[in-house]
Amino acid sequence: MKKSVFLGALTVAGLAAGAAAAGTLDDVKARGKLNCGVTTGLVGFAAPDANGNWEGFDVGVCRAVAAAVLGDPQAVEFVPTTGKTRFTALASGEVDMLARNTTWTFSRDVDLKFDFVGVNYYDGQGFMVPKALGVSSAKELDGATVCIQTGTTTELNLADFFRKNNISYEPVPIETNAEGQQQYLAGACDTYTTDASGLAATRASFENPSDHVVLPEIISKEPLGPLVRHGDNEWGDVVRWTLNALIAAEELGITSANIAELSEGTNNPEVNRILGTEGNLGEMLGVSADWAKNAIMAGGNYGELFEKTIGENTSIGLARGLNAQWTDGGLLYSPPFR
Amino acid sequence: MSDLHSHTVAFVRDTMLPQKAPPGTSVGVVGWMRENLFSGWFNSLLTIAAMAFIYLVGSIILPWLISPTWQAESLGECREILAGLGREGHFGGACWGVIRDRWIQLLFGFYPPESYWRPILALVLLAVALAPVLFSDKVPRKLIWFSAISAFIMPWLLWGGTIWTPLAVIAGFVLAYFVYKAVDTAAGALAAIIAAVVAALVWWLFVMGPVSEALSSILPLGIEPVESRKFGGFMLSVTIGVVAIAGSLPLGIVLALGRQSDLPLVKAICVGFIEFIRGVPLITLLFVASTLLNIFLPPGTSFDIILRVIIMATLFASAYMAEVIRGGLAALPKGQYEGADSLGLDYWQSQRLVIMPQALKISIPGIVSTFIGLFKDTTLVSIIGLLDPLGLSNAIRADADWNGIVWELYGFIAFLFFVVCFGMSRYSMYLERKLQTGHR
Amino acid sequence: MTIVTDPPKASFRVSQLIYDTRYRSITFQIAALIGFLILIGWLISNTAQNLADLGKEPSFGFLAEPAGYDINQRLVDYDNQNSHLRAAFVGLLNTLLVAVMGCAAATVLGVTIGVLRLSKNWLISRIMTVYVEMFRNVPVLLWIVLIMAIIIETLPQPRDFRGADPQASMALFDSVAFTNRGFYIPEALFSRSLGDIHLFGASAMRFDVSLDLLALVAVLLAGLWASARIKRNADAVQEATGVRPTVWHFRLGVVFVPLLAVLVLLGFHLGYPALKGFNFQGGTHMRNSLIALWLALSLYTAAFISEIVRAGILAISKGQTEAAAALGLRPKRIMNLVILPQALRIIIPPLISQYLNLTKNSSLAIAVGYMDITGTLMGITMNQTGRELETVMLGMLIYLLISLSISLVMNWYNNRVKLVER
Repeated sequence: MKKSVFLGALTVAGLAAGAAAAGTLDDVKARGKLNCGVTTGLVGFAAPDANGNWEGFDVGVCRAVAAAVLGDPQAVEFVPTTGKTRFTALASGEVDMLARNTTWTFSRDVDLKFDFVGVNYYDGQGFMVPKALGVSSAKELDGATVCIQTGTTTELNLADFFRKNNISYEPVPIETNAEGQQQYLAGACDTYTTDASGLAATRASFENPSDHVVLPEIISKEPLGPLVRHGDNEWGDVVRWTLNALIAAEELGITSANIAELSEGTNNPEVNRILGTEGNLGEMLGVSADWAKNAIMAGGNYGELFEKTIGENTSIGLARGLNAQWTDGGLLYSPPFR
Repeated sequence: MSDLHSHTVAFVRDTMLPQKAPPGTSVGVVGWMRENLFSGWFNSLLTIAAMAFIYLVGSIILPWLISPTWQAESLGECREILAGLGREGHFGGACWGVIRDRWIQLLFGFYPPESYWRPILALVLLAVALAPVLFSDKVPRKLIWFSAISAFIMPWLLWGGTIWTPLAVIAGFVLAYFVYKAVDTAAGALAAIIAAVVAALVWWLFVMGPVSEALSSILPLGIEPVESRKFGGFMLSVTIGVVAIAGSLPLGIVLALGRQSDLPLVKAICVGFIEFIRGVPLITLLFVASTLLNIFLPPGTSFDIILRVIIMATLFASAYMAEVIRGGLAALPKGQYEGADSLGLDYWQSQRLVIMPQALKISIPGIVSTFIGLFKDTTLVSIIGLLDPLGLSNAIRADADWNGIVWELYGFIAFLFFVVCFGMSRYSMYLERKLQTGHR
Repeated sequence: MTIVTDPPKASFRVSQLIYDTRYRSITFQIAALIGFLILIGWLISNTAQNLADLGKEPSFGFLAEPAGYDINQRLVDYDNQNSHLRAAFVGLLNTLLVAVMGCAAATVLGVTIGVLRLSKNWLISRIMTVYVEMFRNVPVLLWIVLIMAIIIETLPQPRDFRGADPQASMALFDSVAFTNRGFYIPEALFSRSLGDIHLFGASAMRFDVSLDLLALVAVLLAGLWASARIKRNADAVQEATGVRPTVWHFRLGVVFVPLLAVLVLLGFHLGYPALKGFNFQGGTHMRNSLIALWLALSLYTAAFISEIVRAGILAISKGQTEAAAALGLRPKRIMNLVILPQALRIIIPPLISQYLNLTKNSSLAIAVGYMDITGTLMGITMNQTGRELETVMLGMLIYLLISLSISLVMNWYNNRVKLVER
């Protein structure tokens, strides 16, 4: 009785924002908006511009999912989350998915009850030092002061690395990348450690990037990917295959430039299946037939998205490396659309 | 005696001498300086040290402040402009371009630009609505009705939606009032209060929703709804502060009365709540808002984070408000309570007609300082990832153009907070002075 | 006309529960209790339900697992293989450390500034007013990050101390280094140390107390006690004979001679910091986060305390000063015997709440990466284990205990001051 009164209060007051228990896919469709958890700001991956539009690589994944489900890449509410709040935001249903450079680990997948739907960026933890320090290997960092973002797996990797090599260090925990950069530049720490992509992005924004080097050691595997709540497989499938569609599109040569032409029909059946001109993949997924087309048109295929936000022609200047297609010696490998 | 004196003394002055001007060292600028700056060797030392300090601080800050970088589009451009002037290094000069680029965002967050008039209008309404409370002797009393109504209009302006929702909420109060009147004559005051509260609750919980929905489908009057997620920047701070203080006022009154109550159980519950909230830092309550509140509520309910923060901030402020009001109650002379009793007023009547109006009036300075405190504390929401001015400063620094900016953003934010809080604290001091003279 | 002397008996009606003042209060309280219990029960049942849905079972078992992360600022031994509970304990000590340091500094600063604001020197009182308004009206979180930024950006880095022609040099005869990683100050070393006592065995709360420190404190206390005895004797002599014997050199001697003797016996010397490798080694390292937090909290709270002190002094009416002067007391004695005792009574209650505020504000340490209880238990531990409910509840409980103990101690002191007054 009491419960229903309060429930009534919440719904009637128009404050309740949809039940998390129902299928997320239906929720998103009913709401007409995708709630996507991103970082509070990381160069190249997610940051709001002066008009409040979010931009970046992770943001591109959110927009692709929104386009796949709702047909509109702009139908996304970006919810900035910190390292601390991100998992609760997802678990409580406040966001439908997280696209927030989150490392896929065993305990997060199993113990925290999330499903990682794939990997959108293969990363690893590295160290950046000023050239003037004269250090050429992370193993020479005995006694160094290390700036590290708290609330991430990097913290644990760092402890493991130094323990394994039996050298000491002094951690300086920091909350955001901006602070880490500030401390590092001022020399308050000897080295800054985070994901190699983050290091490159940070280094790129320096006044004199050439004064700094990223050390060759990569001390951990950091597969970063979008994640959803455990137990809602329909929704997990949507996000997983949207990501796969972006990757497959690059492999199959579908770009935002030629997609209109290709979607009139080609003689490659897989392209046809992806673009919805053949088969009923969209129907199986519970979305419209042109879902993948919309997703690709949102920001281009994986390669285009990469080039536009963090690629070599941007100020961040990341090389594809591990994130090249498997055909080019990378790790990106989408299961077949069939 | 005096005669004798006049004969024995050679000269006695019998006319007044004209007044001489005071020595040049004790009047004018020199005199003032001797009096106030160099009245002894210790004071002189202090003065010289203070002047050196002011010069030191000024010589660092002023050149930095005066920097022709207003038009710059990125930090790099700022550095070029300053390098062109031969000013380099940390204190070469400020990069004001970031403020030009982002000041609107720092003020309004992600609120839709075409609707900026709504928060501005709400702010104006707030100022007008507060006038009868804050300057009770200078504005007509009738305005208090306007204040009551604008309490419903303002949230509607901010969050938008159909006009019928605030109207239906008001209707609940009207309904409660009539129920109270009707039952009061029939069954006494206490029963009337209970009946009125029940009636209003039933209306708000079960009837209001369908009614306002039906009305809006018949006559769709309303403005574009804006989700609270879009709130950000300074507007977010103001919204959290104002809503939490407004919400904490009734809660605080109830808690203060409960704390003074003779009923041990009620008192224990109120004291427990107040001391719990006052004993933990706000940041832990914000952690509750960001990670736990949804777990405490029935499965499936999900407020967005800003509403959750507002709820926790309201609870937080209500404990402090209760203490302020308790102070106001304690400051009333006992004669007021006894006088009300001797008139034959019952508990609620005496509270409503005699005690509360006076107690609240003396509590206003305390309420204002609670508000200042809460308003400053809203910056803590940046720690749980909300984009208040401080949170936005991090987001702005994550933009490749402004990566590396520090002082300009902090300075601008500090300046905004300073202006608002300083103004309010001045008002509070003015009010305290006024109330003090009133008591003598 | 009849007069009813007894209320009608044995005719209890339900309406009496509300209208009869004998029952009304009980009715209300029972209703309130039921309402309260329902609310609590509702919250608990929701929580249980939600946690079951999420597949998380509330348990504090995670506290015994290895934490896996390192903490730079620590008062007790800790490494990343210690348990989460140990990490929380390290955080708790850090909270207490900055709270105690902050309260002490804020009091000294606040009293100084409060008195200076009343100074006749126009410039000084204006500067102090500007200071107070500046700090009171800007959020403390902003001050914390600003002061951190100032330390990081303006102080030299350790590298600058290196080389033949260093850009920076150590202060105070090469004993103190101010760097943007923090301040390195000489540490106290004892060549004939008495060792440590290990408290609490091997539990997570294990704690080493230096016996040298204990010895010093004991000698100091004994000296102070002896000094007080000498003063009392002198007072007694003065009462009896009217002549006060000169005792100040005895009093000083009885405090400092034994102290120095113990220091020499223990082989006291200073360990100076020196630049080795990436950092300064040796000496005590006060980290930049600690300094920023400490400075910001002290400066911010000092602004409030100065207002309290000023108000306390101003609240003593001028008549008191004049009456004391009429009795022939000298200005210093007027201050010590008349003004301060009365002003203290006004000053202490709000001072307590400022101490409480400072302690609670120390939870903002997280903004500069100072690893207090918020940073460890409610920060990294929560993050790594995903136990939001348990960590936040435990953290709140700890803060509640700290706050309540401060209020208890201070209220006790406050009551004592009050009683002495009467």
